[in-house]
Amino acid sequence: MKRKFSYLLRRLKHFTAREKYSGGHSALMSYDREWEDFYRNRYSYDKFVYTTHGVNCTGSCRWKVYVKNGVITWEHQAIDYPSTGPDFPEYEPRGCPRGASFSWYIYSPLRVKYPYVRGVLLDLWREAKKQSGGDPVKAWEIILGDPEKERKYKSQRGRGGFVRVSWDEAYELIASQLIHTIKKYGPDRIAGFTPIPAMSMVSYASGARFLSLIGGTMLSFYDWYADLPPASPQVWGEQTDVPESGDWYNADYLIMWGSNVPMTRSPDAHFMTEVRYKGAKVVSVSPDYAESVKFADEWVAVRAGTDGALAMGMTHVILKEFYADHQEPYFQEYAKRYTDLPFLVLLKKEDDGFVIERFLRATDIGKDVSNAEWKLVVWDQKSNRPVLPNGTVGYRWEDSKKWNLKLEDEEGNKIDPALTLLGIHDEVVTVKLPYFDDETKGVLKRAIPVKKLQTPDGEVYVTTVLDLMFANFGVARPGVEEGYPKSYEDDQPHTPKWQEKFTGVPAEQVIRIAREFARNAALTKGRSMIIMGAGINHWYNADIIYRAILNLVMLTGSEGRNGGGWAHYVGQEKVRPFEGWATLAFARDWHLPPRVQNATTFYYFASEQYRYEDIDMENLASPLVKPRYKHPADYLYLAVRLGWLPHYPQFNKSSIELAKEAEQNGAKSNEEIVKYVVEQLKKGELDFAVADPGNPVNFPRSFFVWRANWLSAGGKGHEYFIKHMLGSENGGLLAEDSPIKPEEVKVRTPAPIGKVDLVVNLDFRIAGTALYSDVVLPAATWYEKEDLSSTDMHPFLHVFNAAIDPPWEARSDWDIFKGLAKKFSELAKEHLPGTYKDVVTVPLMHDTPFEIAQPYGKVLDWKKGEVEPIPGKTMPQIAIVERDYTQIYNKYISVGPLVAEKPFGAHGWKWSAKEEYEELKELLGTRDDGAAAGKPNIEYAKQAANMVLTLSSCSNGRVASKAWKNAEEKTGLPISDVAKDYEAQKFTFDDLSIQPRVTVSTPIFTGNTEDYRHLQEIWEKFDEKPPVPDITHMKAPRRFAPFTNNTELLIPFRTLTGRQQFMLDHELFLEIGEALPVYKPPLKLQPFEFDEKVPETVKKSKTIKVRYLTPHGKWHIHSTFFDNIRMLTLFRGGQYVWINDQDAKEIGVKDNDWIELVNRNGVIVARAVVSHRIPRGTAFMYHAQDRTIFVPISETTGQVGGSHNAAAKIHIKPTHAVGAYAQLAYGFNYYGPTGTQRDEVVYIRKVEKPVFPEVEV
Amino acid sequence: MKLKTNVGMVINLDKCIGCHTCSITCKNTWTNRDGTEYMWWNNVETKPGIGYPKRWEDQEHYKGGWENKNGKLELKQGGKLFEYINIFHNPHMPTIDDYYEPWDYDYEKLIKAKPSKYQPVARPKSKLTGEYMEKIEWGPNWEDDLAGSPEYMLKDPNITEDLEKEITLEFERSFFFYLPRLCNHCLNPACVAACPSGAMYKRDEDGIVLVDQDMCRGWRFCISACPYKKVYFNWDTHKAEKCIFCYPRFEAGLPTVCSETCVGRIRYVGIVFYDADKVKEAASAPEGDIYSAMLGLILDPTDKEVQKLAEKEGIRYDWIDAAVRSPIYKLVKEFEVALPLHPEYRTLPMVWYIPPLSPILRVMNSKGYSDIEIFPAIDEMRIPIKYLAKLFTAGNEEPIRKILKKLLAMRMYMRAVQLGKEEEFNDKILEEVGLNRKKAKELHRLLAVAKYEERFVIPTTNKEQFENTFKEQGFTGYDYKPPCDFCKGH
Repeated sequence: MKRKFSYLLRRLKHFTAREKYSGGHSALMSYDREWEDFYRNRYSYDKFVYTTHGVNCTGSCRWKVYVKNGVITWEHQAIDYPSTGPDFPEYEPRGCPRGASFSWYIYSPLRVKYPYVRGVLLDLWREAKKQSGGDPVKAWEIILGDPEKERKYKSQRGRGGFVRVSWDEAYELIASQLIHTIKKYGPDRIAGFTPIPAMSMVSYASGARFLSLIGGTMLSFYDWYADLPPASPQVWGEQTDVPESGDWYNADYLIMWGSNVPMTRSPDAHFMTEVRYKGAKVVSVSPDYAESVKFADEWVAVRAGTDGALAMGMTHVILKEFYADHQEPYFQEYAKRYTDLPFLVLLKKEDDGFVIERFLRATDIGKDVSNAEWKLVVWDQKSNRPVLPNGTVGYRWEDSKKWNLKLEDEEGNKIDPALTLLGIHDEVVTVKLPYFDDETKGVLKRAIPVKKLQTPDGEVYVTTVLDLMFANFGVARPGVEEGYPKSYEDDQPHTPKWQEKFTGVPAEQVIRIAREFARNAALTKGRSMIIMGAGINHWYNADIIYRAILNLVMLTGSEGRNGGGWAHYVGQEKVRPFEGWATLAFARDWHLPPRVQNATTFYYFASEQYRYEDIDMENLASPLVKPRYKHPADYLYLAVRLGWLPHYPQFNKSSIELAKEAEQNGAKSNEEIVKYVVEQLKKGELDFAVADPGNPVNFPRSFFVWRANWLSAGGKGHEYFIKHMLGSENGGLLAEDSPIKPEEVKVRTPAPIGKVDLVVNLDFRIAGTALYSDVVLPAATWYEKEDLSSTDMHPFLHVFNAAIDPPWEARSDWDIFKGLAKKFSELAKEHLPGTYKDVVTVPLMHDTPFEIAQPYGKVLDWKKGEVEPIPGKTMPQIAIVERDYTQIYNKYISVGPLVAEKPFGAHGWKWSAKEEYEELKELLGTRDDGAAAGKPNIEYAKQAANMVLTLSSCSNGRVASKAWKNAEEKTGLPISDVAKDYEAQKFTFDDLSIQPRVTVSTPIFTGNTEDYRHLQEIWEKFDEKPPVPDITHMKAPRRFAPFTNNTELLIPFRTLTGRQQFMLDHELFLEIGEALPVYKPPLKLQPFEFDEKVPETVKKSKTIKVRYLTPHGKWHIHSTFFDNIRMLTLFRGGQYVWINDQDAKEIGVKDNDWIELVNRNGVIVARAVVSHRIPRGTAFMYHAQDRTIFVPISETTGQVGGSHNAAAKIHIKPTHAVGAYAQLAYGFNYYGPTGTQRDEVVYIRKVEKPVFPEVEV
Repeated sequence: MKLKTNVGMVINLDKCIGCHTCSITCKNTWTNRDGTEYMWWNNVETKPGIGYPKRWEDQEHYKGGWENKNGKLELKQGGKLFEYINIFHNPHMPTIDDYYEPWDYDYEKLIKAKPSKYQPVARPKSKLTGEYMEKIEWGPNWEDDLAGSPEYMLKDPNITEDLEKEITLEFERSFFFYLPRLCNHCLNPACVAACPSGAMYKRDEDGIVLVDQDMCRGWRFCISACPYKKVYFNWDTHKAEKCIFCYPRFEAGLPTVCSETCVGRIRYVGIVFYDADKVKEAASAPEGDIYSAMLGLILDPTDKEVQKLAEKEGIRYDWIDAAVRSPIYKLVKEFEVALPLHPEYRTLPMVWYIPPLSPILRVMNSKGYSDIEIFPAIDEMRIPIKYLAKLFTAGNEEPIRKILKKLLAMRMYMRAVQLGKEEEFNDKILEEVGLNRKKAKELHRLLAVAKYEERFVIPTTNKEQFENTFKEQGFTGYDYKPPCDFCKGH
């Protein structure tokens, strides 16, 4: 091989110089530079592939993954997003350091390369299979029929001993266990957990589809993770709809409140840093000097957990300066049309004043109209009488075309609702309102203007929500001064001075920021924004904290405006192609209804946490009402039997056996089976499983986890999970049974240990959950599969593409469940032949006519004889689903006929998908076999993705058009043309591979992105243009802001009043004192409830007692990346906890010393990060560091220290269980108890010498 | 005058979110291999803090950079004589502990553990010794967000006596900001001057400073000479390695990996023309004047004379055009908002920093409220101006004040525009900082809107000027080379 002569290259060096300059200081040299190919060759690559990171971080970022020599070498962010327009920062690049480190996983020693089963179980199963003559289902009967065998394998969970098996054997072991469960207990004893479909929709759908087909239960995640802000459904009837991050750049005043934007929203943070240059003022509300504070003009250093008090003080200022002393015209107009402030509220007379009864209804004033119990009343200033405005929920479920926000009464007259009765009042009376603070609760007695109305039942007193707000916040007006504070400096609820002692924030700062925020909104017509996040959403009282903060954006007319309002980001909840995805995931194309459940309740009972209950509802309730129960479990049982919440396992009998039993007792039809079930329930022969969670008949038996580190990342109170659900040897739990006992729900002694018979985990890495599972299956990563992704942070649809095929024996989630479905169907031929009727209970769901099942917010219990048990009215709906277990595989890989046969849609909007079903046959081809014959083919993930895109309104313009037509029919508004321009637009998987695409405006979500000119065209058809301020700046492409469909197109909010609600009048909200926004402090929990339980290690050490916070961290997305060498190297290389330097000094702890955090729920061992930027009395353990990396044995428990969840426990808030009442109605991941986790307190002690477990390999 | 071209980068610290994406993507691309574990060609530090390697700014200890010794510019660590004496033992070298002991984990234990009494846990093992580590004591970003502040923060070499009152461990006075660092591709590189093997050089066409991997003999004088500690020693190959400004990308017209992947969109890359004949003079200026001397070196690419000179040097049209559109020129020279890091090291660094704004220290006074002037004044901000001056202007506070005021004035004007109050705006606010309405909007666009093609203006390298590109088409990438035209005939 010959070398070529070097061409002349030049370098600057001190050898023979060709040229010198700078007085001989520098010289030009001639040299060969061929060596430079060294780095050039490293940089060269064979291809790059566009894919997406599918981790629950809300990011949905597009990456270029580079492949060289068949090996994935690295990834860089893609920079090819569609433009945001000429004068706007772009979305490129998206992606953060965590994501940039992902390629490490592909070939790392942490990778799950093969299927694994724990050896002790595998041996038992192989032996039992021999005994049973090769029958795998019988093998399970043998193992589970022998308590010793069962104990043997369950107790080994989490403590090593995996062995590699073939895919076939793994499938057989799992499928036969499922069949055993179905035969013995019914299919609803099988549950699956996977979170956040938006982060990889087809992968979510894989297991969910399989489980839905067999009748298993899918558990929710968004509420369980406490990412769901319950205030959002409470106030807006909407799960969470928020501005895309680009809209931050439209704000002129931006508060980051409990949201550490640079740290946890890294790809979006630049819109925040950039809008400062455009003149926005930025404020950060944070207990520590957080990263977000670096970018703020002002830091509001609020004490952790007291954000509600701060917001109450700010609300006081806004009400006083912009509603009482001066009426800001823009705010008045907004409040009248888009909020419940003008609605009339019925007051109940008591000895020493009035209390809130509920909203006034048509029935109260003798109006004989349809759905009268659900039509609410305002005082019209034009006609000077009470009228029924359009848009309340009663109009939603009838055909009057008056479900809209036109200011008209029931006869079509124009109206002008009175916000306050002051000036037109009949009397000023005293109203009693519940009050809470850090120390006490009490009753505020304040003057309020009222009107007296004549009703069929006599005279009643009414006021408006705004008048109640003035009273609640202590804002006096001339003539209404009795019981009110005199000034901002008057330390009474809820003045700026009053909040000072709880929050530590000077009144002066509160006044100025509130004023600036509102003044800015008045000047800009609503471009004042608050970004919120997990920082405050994880408190027990998060919903009421949020409602206090939401006052600020609603009172200032900022919600439903670009650049304004509430911007909430936790959890990638926004599945943009929702309709198509939900069909695929819950097999709605084959069977209705699926079983879906709120996970918090499920785990509360499954992990027996209810028996350790540490909150007594009497302590939390309103001082004005005695709560009906002391124990949250009793509220949950109530919620299940009244049809508010689902609960599976469903009954204390198999749902299949129950149908058989009904037929044996003479039931001839499905209706008669239902009737039989109701009778049995009424007689008490049959009960809901939730009433007796410790009964082995009611245990969940089979459990799947995929795309999640269920135990270590989300498992609040994980020691309870390990003991009661898994039955592993456990030393971490220090709590004992609580003296607070439920009245109606049974607590069994001894407590059940190891309820679940089989735990299957699919993952690409060995995380905490894999260690505690029975079977671990090797899943493909995001660089090895096809899938879809979307988020609320940006408006684009993304795809995943395979850069390489899954290495070793890994398979995509879609293929894994497909393989399992196949094995299951084969075994079913022998073990579950024929068809089975399955009795399925379903709660009374939001966005269906069932949301107006139980009027006035009154609780009427059929179990106590207060009403008759009527399915779908006073109790859950009961459906019969027919299942053919031999056809599961065929159904899994084809699109079922219900797509074309049933109305299609979501969130209450419905249309026909017949055309799209035909289109799918062409696009995907059809199948020939069994149930799948003639049906569109979705054998491969890419086909499933194309099915989702074809059926959804955000990705198929023709579907969007149908949805808008339906919206026009339902509302009577001329809005069918919104999607006119997109009718021909349709995205396929391959289109999205080339470039992410901006989704189409659809009524499925609450905002539109139509530009000014298009909106003008639409408004020309309106009788009168909606009162939208000048929006000429809304040029295309316009950023997404939520609730613009409501403000700009006059579609009602999906609430009781059809408006944004400051007030909630359900009986349980009154019971807990949260009809109006109030301040509620963190729960008063102690590390140990009883002194005698305090462990010796704690007693003997110097300790500090601190508030334990677990915000989202910097080096990980939940537990992902926290085991990645890159991320571990960039900080402390293992679990760490931030504490204040003075606090550390008190217990002799220095930076990087080992410490233990101890409370009754468990023990954490980590290293201390000591810093003065952390406030005293507070420990920050950034969430989900997992316990698999560099965690020693705890001196206190003798077992390996726990994850961040070891110190946490589930706490149920009964108001989250309320249902059948407009927006307070169940929706999967939409409403339901959240898994809160921020109210705990721990002891910290120093660990002198950590000991690590010696484990043999 | 001798016109030369140099790469330049501007890093806007006011936008930096400290996410370290730059470090990760750089590491994956360039230093993800044996021998380079501890190297972070690009790293990010929290300031105040001691950094990576520990106290790298302490030149009394490390003797990096140049000094002006009685009017003579000399390497601080000593000249050639020093090198020959100390060639087998360089007393100013940082040790591995100053960087950190790189480690890995016994991950396989998690899946391979035999049945045991305990849950298996992966433990760290040193990459140097292969032994288990009882504790991890230091890393490349140990002080992130003021972590361990009682131990380290006050040991920041910039916190001298005059700052002890302002920078304390009080919760209420907390502040920090991030400082991303990479090789500065200096105009007067000390590393190149210190290399005894002639392996280090500054490329003539773009000024990128490189270590020839064939010629490097591993003497490591470059490592001690670089005051920024941005040349590293590969323990596997025994050669020095450093940031290469991603030249394979740069030559193709792409920005460095750290810049393109910067999710805060804080980096700008382009070229500048400078007068190579004035390098020594600028590097020899009195400490407080070096920054202005550096501005003096940079030539105005829109100047017809400069353009002519460039053409004479054989610089092509598209390079001149790139210099005209250069965001580096604009931010450094036209708007004067970017500063060199520690100009007193006299290497004339070509990575520039826009200093950060910070929150007001005390609660703002609620008197004198205005819709436009609702930002804290620069003297009310948390980060002491003196501290910023120590980092970027050798203690001269004036340029820092000017820049912070400029950013503030721009924000106020833009706020007036947003609120529809442009008419009421007092132009004096802009004039005082050398801006007008048009300029303020331009600066806003450059800092906020900053589209990809505005952040990165990079001409492709004209290979045709020094190689047979017609031949290269077919041969590039092969590790054997075509015979030369001369040899062919024989």
